[in-house]
Amino acid sequence: MITDLVLALTQALVVAAGAPLLVGALRTLKARLVGRRGPRPWQPYADLAKLLRKEAVVSTTTSWVFRVTPYVLVATMLVAAVIVPVVASRTALPFAGIILLMYLFLVGAFFLALAGLDSGSAFGGMGASREVAVAALAEPTVILAVFALALRADTTNLGGIVARFAGEPRLAASPGHLLAFAAFFIVMLAETGRLPVDNPATHLELTMIHEAMVLEYSGRYLALVEWAGAMKLFVFLTLLANLFFPWGVPSLAAPAPILLGLLALVGKLALLTVFLAVLETIVAKLRLFRVPELLAGSFALALLSVTAVFVAP
Amino acid sequence: MTEPIPRDAEVERLGERLAVEIRRAFRRSLAIRQVDAGSCNACELEIAGLTGPHYDLERFGLHFVASPRHADCLLVTGPVTRNMAEPLRLTWEATPHPKLVIAVGDCARDGGIFRGSYAVVGGVADVVPVDAVIPGCPPTPVAILAGILDVIGQRR
Amino acid sequence: MAASLFILAAVGAALAATVGIAGVLGTGGRLSIPWLVPLGGLELSLDPLGGLFLALVGAAAIPASIYAIGYAGGERRGVLAYLGFVSAMSVVPLAANLMTFVIAWELMSLASYFLVLHDRDRTESVDAAWVYAVMSQIGLACLLAGMLVLATATGSTTFADWSSAAPDLPPGTRVLPLVLLGLGFASKAGVIPLHVWLPRAHPAAPSHVSALMSGVMIKLGIYGLARVSLDWLAPTPAWWGAALLLVGAVSAVVGILYAVVERDLKRLLAFSSIENVGIILIGLGAGLVFAAVGLGGLAVLAIAAALYHAVNHAAFKSLLFLGAGAVVHATGTRNMNALGGLVRRMPWTAACFVFGAAAIAALPPLNGFVSEWLIFQALLQNVRMARLELNLAFTVGLAALALTSGLTLACFVKAAGITFLAVPRSEEAARAHEAPVSMRAAMVLLAAACVGLGVGPTLVLPALARVVGPLVGSELPALGDGLTVRISGEFAALSPLALAAALAIALLAPLGALWLVGAQRRTRWAPTWACGRILQTARMEYTATAFSNPFKRVFDFFYRPAPRLDIEFHPESRFFVERIEYASPTRSLVEEWLYRPALATLSGLAAHARRLQSGSANTYLAYILAALVLLLVIA
Repeated sequence: MITDLVLALTQALVVAAGAPLLVGALRTLKARLVGRRGPRPWQPYADLAKLLRKEAVVSTTTSWVFRVTPYVLVATMLVAAVIVPVVASRTALPFAGIILLMYLFLVGAFFLALAGLDSGSAFGGMGASREVAVAALAEPTVILAVFALALRADTTNLGGIVARFAGEPRLAASPGHLLAFAAFFIVMLAETGRLPVDNPATHLELTMIHEAMVLEYSGRYLALVEWAGAMKLFVFLTLLANLFFPWGVPSLAAPAPILLGLLALVGKLALLTVFLAVLETIVAKLRLFRVPELLAGSFALALLSVTAVFVAP
Repeated sequence: MTEPIPRDAEVERLGERLAVEIRRAFRRSLAIRQVDAGSCNACELEIAGLTGPHYDLERFGLHFVASPRHADCLLVTGPVTRNMAEPLRLTWEATPHPKLVIAVGDCARDGGIFRGSYAVVGGVADVVPVDAVIPGCPPTPVAILAGILDVIGQRR
Repeated sequence: MAASLFILAAVGAALAATVGIAGVLGTGGRLSIPWLVPLGGLELSLDPLGGLFLALVGAAAIPASIYAIGYAGGERRGVLAYLGFVSAMSVVPLAANLMTFVIAWELMSLASYFLVLHDRDRTESVDAAWVYAVMSQIGLACLLAGMLVLATATGSTTFADWSSAAPDLPPGTRVLPLVLLGLGFASKAGVIPLHVWLPRAHPAAPSHVSALMSGVMIKLGIYGLARVSLDWLAPTPAWWGAALLLVGAVSAVVGILYAVVERDLKRLLAFSSIENVGIILIGLGAGLVFAAVGLGGLAVLAIAAALYHAVNHAAFKSLLFLGAGAVVHATGTRNMNALGGLVRRMPWTAACFVFGAAAIAALPPLNGFVSEWLIFQALLQNVRMARLELNLAFTVGLAALALTSGLTLACFVKAAGITFLAVPRSEEAARAHEAPVSMRAAMVLLAAACVGLGVGPTLVLPALARVVGPLVGSELPALGDGLTVRISGEFAALSPLALAAALAIALLAPLGALWLVGAQRRTRWAPTWACGRILQTARMEYTATAFSNPFKRVFDFFYRPAPRLDIEFHPESRFFVERIEYASPTRSLVEEWLYRPALATLSGLAAHARRLQSGSANTYLAYILAALVLLLVIA
């Protein structure tokens, strides 16, 4: 019981503290790839600290939904951090399922979209409309990718999947598994608002999806929203790293294995971050109404992965 | 590839509104919202050069933002034309405290070559409180960058 | 006067709910009055399945009746029809023979017909009532035909006799009544393509009636399907379950696709009911497939999950309809493009509606999430069957369920956000007033039910499994302990109570963290940032139509919008525009491809048949002679 609690707290801290560093490292890498020096990897910490010193300007057209949303976003991300196998495959909590995890992300999307509408500006409404459209179209791929994983691992429990693949590496080497990884990677791009679905650094409101809903936030609310966004990216990349390549994830919750698990995670995240940075530098942002084609492609990949299990177990 | 910043910068600091707390708040991270209050766009071109590999303002912790709600500093160019006076003031109102206003260019300082025209209000200081002015027509990107860094206390 | 009748209805409903729950927990009972009704007499019997739906009727009617005190308590018209409606719906799950069932069913349809016709002055209501009447008669015809076939085959009109005789009937004779009864019950449930009455009738009826129609009446269609598949004609073959699953998948996706582009609030809710019926059918179909291939434990799980969703849907859809009714009551309009900003004028209604929207969007830890999770888990178990065609059907079901889940989120962000948030888009919305206490109390009651059903699956699911288990003829699967629901051992686990607790703690964490680091707490109120635009009006907000634009574009092969652009130019110069009108109505595929051709054929046939009515007495005498000769020859 106590070890479970400590493990949960450790994971929450790792995600909460590590997320800004991940986003910062990604920005620095992208800058270096285009020949700039770029910000330092720990710049987001400075940004968050500065935001916490600023006052919050709240629009008079908004309601309690606007002010509650940042806290809901952070809360769902913290719970997600606790149930994802970050440093250990043993998740102490009896609700560590992958479907629940995907729906926790939807809770955040629901409230953020409402907050976007709450401001009463065209930007917020546009961002909300596009965000829920992308989230809705990504759902079938998510569930099929989950299905593909659960079929091979015989469980939807996150810790169980990691333990199963770590124990039988040949399951993870099958082409169906890699197809599921590709499908899930594209979903990650859509859900966390990265290129080619959405450009997180754009200033043109007509090209925004996620940023448009956040335009009205300031001060501590903005800090919480940005932090939650960073945690979402961290959790998604951790999922990709630990679910699909589960080596180095310990099953014991003792200090030494957890430290090793942390190191392994850092290594895998570094690789994924480099890959993501290169991808974002190479591709251009898709036109909004080409995004469903990309998501349909990822759905096809997930479907292939599932049929691979049925046809050739 | 990036150019080093010269030791001295031409920047006029107006008044003593730059309290120590403000400098401490923005020394490592400054979000800049650029406002074009009727400029001829020469200053904009120079400011746009700051985001490229040659000058790269991001390495100092500065970055441009789209919404004044996210901004700490308003970088205002142009003599404030009559049509842009109210929007500039609304932008300043929309920015959360603590905030800075830096006027870039001779037009922003006092109207520049358009001073006295029926279509302009005068410098930025006639519409919103200004904390610093970077003179020039237009000021070079280096000058703008050095000026901003000086204002937030990064260059000592 | 009317208010006291509604209170009477609420008390009666509570009684019905108690009897129903007693039935679920195992109490049986029979009541037989042979002389009351011809051809068999009145026979009522209480069994767990009937008890569940009786409890549903009663439990949903309580808040609806309380709400009606404030909503319709002042007028006398419609009260008796309402009482008749609720009473008829209570008898349907208890009916034990053909006549009782049919009479109760017809009474239910008739009473709701009068309730839909409540607003007689509007052509839309009259049209809605007409379509509703025709569709319910078509459904009744199918039901009667199927029941009569079964009665002739088994030689009795009592349901108990049907269940005991069914396994002995040859499979060939079982198919016809199965399909007929399936069609009849499906049309009442609002399954595509027999759904055309639903989006017309539910918005036209007063809101407490809409809540009952969506929450309970269409569930009686589900009750019928369950009764046919699990009781009268059990065991059903695998293709029947697979057909239900696929029809459910289509219904779910089509239903929510229409809901997403709606701008009429109550029509949106009606289409969403079609979607949820589809989800319930997905679960029911999956369970019947499992039962057909011999996986009894999984069958119980799937069907119990479907019934759970039926109960949950009654809870949150009623809540949403009551909220919509409060909005209509306050502003007089259902058009979302004319609403907005109601969160300040109607805070309680807004909070309840957002709550209901979160529940229907299946957000944890509310009830919608629990039942959808269970249906997902049941579908994922298809790997235990090694038949490729069934596996593929289940995969289709999974993908459809996921898509509808995402689209529901979008749809209800629109419904809650556009209706209640930001700035009012019209005068009526700006003048709205909060709903009276009775209406608010009803909504809060339903919201509490949503929470209860969400954190209590460890109580509800075993009860539902006990309802289904004896029907499937299987022992109950292990469903976990007191706090956690477990599926198939270690396959999946869910503990909503622990989840709710974790979320509550996690909500406090950022508050605590901000306080610890001494974050700036000052808040300044200012107008929305509008890019420095000097004039900011409600016209600059997003509208419901704009919100659904991405979906209209992505799915345009389905909606087939027919855009119309009318521009009025200034008479003196084409460079100046006086008025632009742009309309892009979606076209209903089902109505264009199924109903219009069917109705056209019918009209054509009727036109031909009219030639028989020549108006000449001599021709008619000749007809009589010919008929007489024919009868003599045959007999």
